[in-house]
Amino acid sequence: MLLDVQNLTTRFHTHDGEVCAVNNINFSVEAGECLGVVGESGSGKTQAFLSIMGLLAKNGSADGQVYFDGRQILGLSGNELNNLRGVEFSMIFQDPMTSLNPFMRISRQMTEVLSEHQGLSEKDAVKRSLDLLDLVGIPEAKKRFSMYPHEFSGGMRQRVMIAMALLCEPKLLIADEPTTALDVTVQAQILELIARLGSELNMATVLITHDLGVIAGLSDRVMVMYGGRIVEKAPVRDLFKQPQHPYSKGLLESMPRVDDSNNKSLYTIPGQPPDLQALPLGCAFIPRCEHAFAPCENQVPDLVKISSDRFKACHLEELP
Amino acid sequence: MLSYALRRLGSAIPTLFIIITVAFFMMRLAPGGPFDREKQLPPEIEANILKAYNLDKPIHLQYLDYMKNILRGDFGPSYKYLDFTVNDLILTGFPVSMRLGLYAITIAIVIGVTAGTIAALKQNSLFDYLVMGVAMTGIAIPNFVMAPLLALVFGVYLSILPVAGWGGGAFKYQILPVITLALPQVAYIARLTRGSMVEIMNSNFIRTARAKGLSEKIVVVRHALRGGLLPVVSYLGPATAAVITGSVVIESIFDVPGIGRYFVNGALNRDYPVVMGVVIFYAILIIVLNLIVDLVYGFFDPRVKVE
Ligand SMILES: Nc1ncnc2c1ncn2[C@@H]1O[C@H](COP(=O)(O)OP(=O)(O)O)[C@@H](O)[C@H]1O
Ligand code: SF4
Ligand SMILES: [Mg+2]
Repeated sequence: MLLDVQNLTTRFHTHDGEVCAVNNINFSVEAGECLGVVGESGSGKTQAFLSIMGLLAKNGSADGQVYFDGRQILGLSGNELNNLRGVEFSMIFQDPMTSLNPFMRISRQMTEVLSEHQGLSEKDAVKRSLDLLDLVGIPEAKKRFSMYPHEFSGGMRQRVMIAMALLCEPKLLIADEPTTALDVTVQAQILELIARLGSELNMATVLITHDLGVIAGLSDRVMVMYGGRIVEKAPVRDLFKQPQHPYSKGLLESMPRVDDSNNKSLYTIPGQPPDLQALPLGCAFIPRCEHAFAPCENQVPDLVKISSDRFKACHLEELP
Repeated sequence: MLSYALRRLGSAIPTLFIIITVAFFMMRLAPGGPFDREKQLPPEIEANILKAYNLDKPIHLQYLDYMKNILRGDFGPSYKYLDFTVNDLILTGFPVSMRLGLYAITIAIVIGVTAGTIAALKQNSLFDYLVMGVAMTGIAIPNFVMAPLLALVFGVYLSILPVAGWGGGAFKYQILPVITLALPQVAYIARLTRGSMVEIMNSNFIRTARAKGLSEKIVVVRHALRGGLLPVVSYLGPATAAVITGSVVIESIFDVPGIGRYFVNGALNRDYPVVMGVVIFYAILIIVLNLIVDLVYGFFDPRVKVE
């Protein structure tokens, strides 16, 4: 097991009380696999992985255990984490337009990683950076190396972000909605790139998205988050074939389909994502669930194993 | 870049022309004249004086004469400081004001940026509240209160510094004027820096820098400071102009022979050429400083093209 997350809980202190953005979640990532993380906006996906990276905002704090390669890393100091971040694991973010430093040349933003972590000479760092820009498919990398981020398109910036994240050959790449801010045509290319790099470099990837469609052909397993909790974990194929949680099913049904012709309006799950500061006593999905019954009212369903590789958090025996 | 600078300066000429014209006529429209005395001068003497200074001609001719002279770089004689031309006054007064101003702005940048940055990094800490509290006070207290206060404390009470006077420009005479001049600037720059650094430190690209495993020092110095200082760079244009052109209040209170004092005395005495000269000089100075700021800004922010 490359990454093993146990009882991770992330809280934020705000003016009007505490917000529990991630609520006691457990999951793991095997070396080389691709884990999809799905959920509506606000379900805690980003904060869960920022907690693991040690990158929470100042008002946030995380509890639990996070084992990376067997070593507990949650709560390590910034200095200790700096030996791991960008080296053992990397993270790329949703908005490539603002995630690169607008005041620095791409060359510097890349080579500084190598001189910081591997003490490479300027020449070697440049060479390695150019190799990676080639690898992620930036045409004329040499020429564009000394440019500033604003001289790149959104898709190209995300490629640069990926190249930068891979400089030290991490074992794990966390991609947080890497294509949400991009044109539809570019989205597929970037996703394909991440998948290809994952298998070519034998690197585990976590693909965070609010769109199940993104994960379909790319991930091995998927975990579905709702209101800061994991509500279902399953191999991707099984989830698509037969979702076990009403929320997963709703997500599937609201996926745009290629065979769906334009005249049918898309299904959307009725209602709103839960207010994290006023979660229901029982299941957080209850106001939006057509299957809700008495036990859902006052008991949060545990995430329980339903088969060798499937878990769900729902009081229903079986989803009709 | 040079051609850009020249083009910018060229395009400032119409502005300058309007400033000169408006200032010229406003000066003349102000009640009173340069040679009004409590006691009436005999008419023939007054006529002679007016004639000597070309003030007897119709105003539009005076204006044309004046424009011709300043095109040659001649700002005319002072009516009040006899034997001095306006050029002389500017050349003796400005270096004094500029020296004090440059000291003040340098101090303001160093202390303001440092304090503002630390306050931003330790947001909501005691240090932060302290800096911001002092800064608020620094901005709120006007210099005509601060100057006598400092003179009282350091000059009279502690008697370690001269209360006023210039002493031929000796170092100890410059300290209080410089401090008075610098204080509000320190305060303003500290607040400006803090605000923009807080914003930058929360930005996505700083999160990226951290995700790359860079040390906090590199994150702040290499990644945040450059963008964080942009608002300060913009502010430095007008601030430098204000500070090196001499504060009228400070120069009067501390008896500094700077250009600010000539300007006030000129205005009070209706010394037209002096007031006009100083106004034109200020205008040119501000135009040049703004140009410099834009060039520096382009250096700081690659997204801005200075072409
Ligand atoms: N700094 C913060 N202070 C308070 N609440 C926060 C903070 N950052 C995130 N949150 C809350 O955490 C919740 C989960 O956010 P996030 O993980 O970003 O969701 P997503 O699944 O869309 O990535 C959001 O509802 C948000 O309000
Ligand atoms: S626990 Fe109840 S409310 Fe929650 S998803 Fe299952 S059936 Fe719906
Ligand atoms: Mg997110």
